[in-house]
Amino acid sequence: MSDFRDLLRIENLNVVFPLYGGRIQAVRDASLRILPGRVTTLVGQSGSGKSVIGRCIMGLQPKYAQVSGNIMFDDPARDHSLPVDLTRLPQDGRQIRAIRGNRIGMIFQEPMSSLSPVHTIGNQIDEALRIHSVLSPRERAERVEAMLADVGFRDPARVMQMYPFELSGGMRQRAMVAMALICDPALLIADEPTTALDVTIQGQLLKLLRKLQERRGMAMLLITHDLGVVANLSDEVVVMYRGEVVEAGPTQPIFRQPRHPYLRALMDAVPHFDMPPGERLRPLVPARVDVASLGRAVQPCQGPVLQVSGLVKSFAPRGGGLRRPQAVRVVDDVGFTIARGQTLGLVGESGSGKTTVGKMIVRAITPDAGRVTLDGQDMLAAQGPALMALRRRVQMVFQDPVSSLSPHMTVGSILTEPLEVHGIGDRTSRRARARDLMRAVGLPDRDLARYPHSFSGGQRQRIGIARALALGPELIVCDEATSALDVSVQAQVLNLLKDLQRDLGLTYLFISHNLAVVNYMADQVAVMQGGRIVEIGPREVIMRDPVHPYTRALLAAVPYPDLDRPLDFATLAATQEWAPVFVGPQLAALDLGAGHQVLARPGADAAQVRA
Amino acid sequence: MIRLPPPGEPLPHSVSDAPFDPVADHAQDEGGKLAHASQIRVMWWKFRRHRVAVWSAVFLALMYLTAAFAEFLAPYDLHTRDTANIYAPPQQVRLFHDGRFIGPYVYARTMQLDMENLQRVYAEDRTRPEKLRFLCRGDEYLLWGQVAGDRHLVCPSQGGSAYFLGTDRLGRDILSRIIHGARISLTIGILGVAMSFVLGIVIGGLAGYYGGWIDAIVQRMIEVLQSIPSIPLWMALAAIMPVTWSPLLVYAGITIILGMLDWTGLARAVRSKLLALREEDYVQAAQILGARPRRIIARHLVPGFMSHLVASATLTIPGMILGETALSFLGLGLRPPVTSWGILLTEARSVNTLALYPWLLFPVIPVVLVILAFNFMGDGLRDAADPLR
Repeated sequence: MSDFRDLLRIENLNVVFPLYGGRIQAVRDASLRILPGRVTTLVGQSGSGKSVIGRCIMGLQPKYAQVSGNIMFDDPARDHSLPVDLTRLPQDGRQIRAIRGNRIGMIFQEPMSSLSPVHTIGNQIDEALRIHSVLSPRERAERVEAMLADVGFRDPARVMQMYPFELSGGMRQRAMVAMALICDPALLIADEPTTALDVTIQGQLLKLLRKLQERRGMAMLLITHDLGVVANLSDEVVVMYRGEVVEAGPTQPIFRQPRHPYLRALMDAVPHFDMPPGERLRPLVPARVDVASLGRAVQPCQGPVLQVSGLVKSFAPRGGGLRRPQAVRVVDDVGFTIARGQTLGLVGESGSGKTTVGKMIVRAITPDAGRVTLDGQDMLAAQGPALMALRRRVQMVFQDPVSSLSPHMTVGSILTEPLEVHGIGDRTSRRARARDLMRAVGLPDRDLARYPHSFSGGQRQRIGIARALALGPELIVCDEATSALDVSVQAQVLNLLKDLQRDLGLTYLFISHNLAVVNYMADQVAVMQGGRIVEIGPREVIMRDPVHPYTRALLAAVPYPDLDRPLDFATLAATQEWAPVFVGPQLAALDLGAGHQVLARPGADAAQVRA
Repeated sequence: MIRLPPPGEPLPHSVSDAPFDPVADHAQDEGGKLAHASQIRVMWWKFRRHRVAVWSAVFLALMYLTAAFAEFLAPYDLHTRDTANIYAPPQQVRLFHDGRFIGPYVYARTMQLDMENLQRVYAEDRTRPEKLRFLCRGDEYLLWGQVAGDRHLVCPSQGGSAYFLGTDRLGRDILSRIIHGARISLTIGILGVAMSFVLGIVIGGLAGYYGGWIDAIVQRMIEVLQSIPSIPLWMALAAIMPVTWSPLLVYAGITIILGMLDWTGLARAVRSKLLALREEDYVQAAQILGARPRRIIARHLVPGFMSHLVASATLTIPGMILGETALSFLGLGLRPPVTSWGILLTEARSVNTLALYPWLLFPVIPVVLVILAFNFMGDGLRDAADPLR
């Protein structure tokens, strides 16, 4: 009998949010089901309504949301009862609370904010047990400890007494998983569980989720935008686009024969490592570039534009009372060169110091030591008019499309501001230039009167690029320029950056944590870890033949949206013990030829590092 | 639309056949009236949804209009004394006399001195209705010190009296005095807040933008100022003002005192907001463009927190009004003949008066209403502030 039931069956779900007199239909007639013990993934871009569905299942939608349709939950633990319709239960009532956190667990995207900072980990995990079970405190403590061991903490007894701030992001996410699973739920809803994590940590967490799900026979609803994650984890896939389910099916046919144009577009938009050089991504909505009026000829000249050497920056932690804590070196002896018209991809996980490097190059942060030259001119010594002249030549594109545009200014004033600051032209010519810039990034120039909040993330990012172009720079530092964007929009922005580089002869320092994106964009790749560049070289060499164990680990942890290349969970498990040649107090760059350098012990030779 | 298989059956690979046009969807997303709306417009939309705040704003607007046209709206002049009606209780406005509608009127009153208690006893003469007159000639005045006039909205009938809220110990009409007093009480809050606004933005702005030792000094100064009990400090500052000052000078002095003690909260708000905004990418973008600090503060930072400031300033006006009321009540603030609600309340200081002439407490009502209205409106503004983030 239990073979013929769905664990969760959503039929014709509609969710509407009233807003400013209008209404937003977040979910439209969506139907999907989850089988017991299977993983269903909900894929879609931001705003597609996938998270809304997850929240509706838990009864956590906002109070003003209007929900219609059925969410039938058929609890396998209660064998003879009829399925419960979760939408009919009173919000925050006793029945839904008996299911929430007990029969259905949930983990959220943000590991920083989803744990309470004032309670210990043990206390927070224990809470669900206290509410939903009749165990004694001792039994509960044992359960919590066993659970923590299960999610991969080496010393669960100690972790129970720790506060969330003592744990790293990945560890917190593990604690979240423990919290969601402590009552042994029939269904786990994981809403973008790995999006905020670094790629190596993401790999470990995916592995953990897979392991727990299989061992406990638990069903999982995985909500994600990352097709790589989908390919590695799911049994059935449901694709959403603007609140509607556009395609559904088992993972195999979905990846082998995607049929809906949206899904096909999505797959075409993901950069992958097997792309032949010169092949372009195909975004869902292409942006057309028109730089004719920007009026700068391509300058095909050779030689390095930017030379960086010995860059050092330490930050002193705040406070600390009488004894000042030791300053932390976030950037340690970083050096590289970028040739004109080329792109250097700077890869690293969060905290590796890559953003600090970018900000030092645009002179937003002053380095403690080091040398940065642009066409032989010392950038760090420039002051006054020389600095202003430099600022025209070096600009930056930021990560966050929301915070990088002033919300109080129209797009027109945002684009004319650089010209005003530098006293270029008069009112009319500045407006004309702003119109040219808009066309250059593929936006209609009538949009100059609009405010940033009315644009989508991708459009805002293009406005940010237009602002960076306003002064006609030669070098642009792109700091995670596409990390906050959906894949289809990311493809659009990446193509735009490539086109601008081709037409304007721009040089990029492209900072990203996403190896596939760097692979698509960069000519040279530098891998940063702990403030140092551990490996640098031409793109093909770094991607195909990495030497440093850190680079290898990074590459191994990238989930491919390809069923034939699953993540190798076995190697992910191997603790990252580096060969002795890469460890030591005094490391130096070892030249492997053809511009390929790796950080190793002094005196090491090529054979040793390749071993 | 995708159909589900029966429970437990394998899921077929199915595709929605709904039309799919990403370019059109894209275009549709960016339409809407939000697109061209400025920050202020969106704030207004959001504020409008806060019903209580909107009604409070309307009420406050009416109060300020009343203050502006006090001479016309009040039935009597501020200083008109009626020795025949000392400590007279409020007169009720009626419409029907002998079962007949005759328009608004009050009954005539006679006063007798109760020789046993030495108390004035007012008795209504139910046979003599005195009809009220409208837009009539009454006490002469100079509106805003410029326009001479003698028209009033309401006056008593010829030779009669109309004290809707009673009279005080000199026979002055309380309602008229409340209306006139609104002028001082309502403006002192605004001026005081304007004063503390300027101080708060400048001092808090310096502390927030430059940080370091400037910030440290300002922070300690604010802490010291906030730790001094406010009433003794007011008293000390009020005592500095020479007795010989004209009422207008005293008024200005009080405003400055209130402003000087109130800027600390605003300065803190400005400082913390600046510290937060300084980290925003758009501020950094402006720095990378080469914009000078002055331009960054004026173009990027100040607009960013102005809406918050206006909201929090609105919430401090009630404190100012109460401050003035308290000072005047203690006899340290304004002095007669200048009249504010606080001064009116000084009359109600003795238990004696309260027991015998409770209508002297009427000035409390506008104080309470105005303060509530400012709080509600401030709440609405605060919720509406920065709607786009």
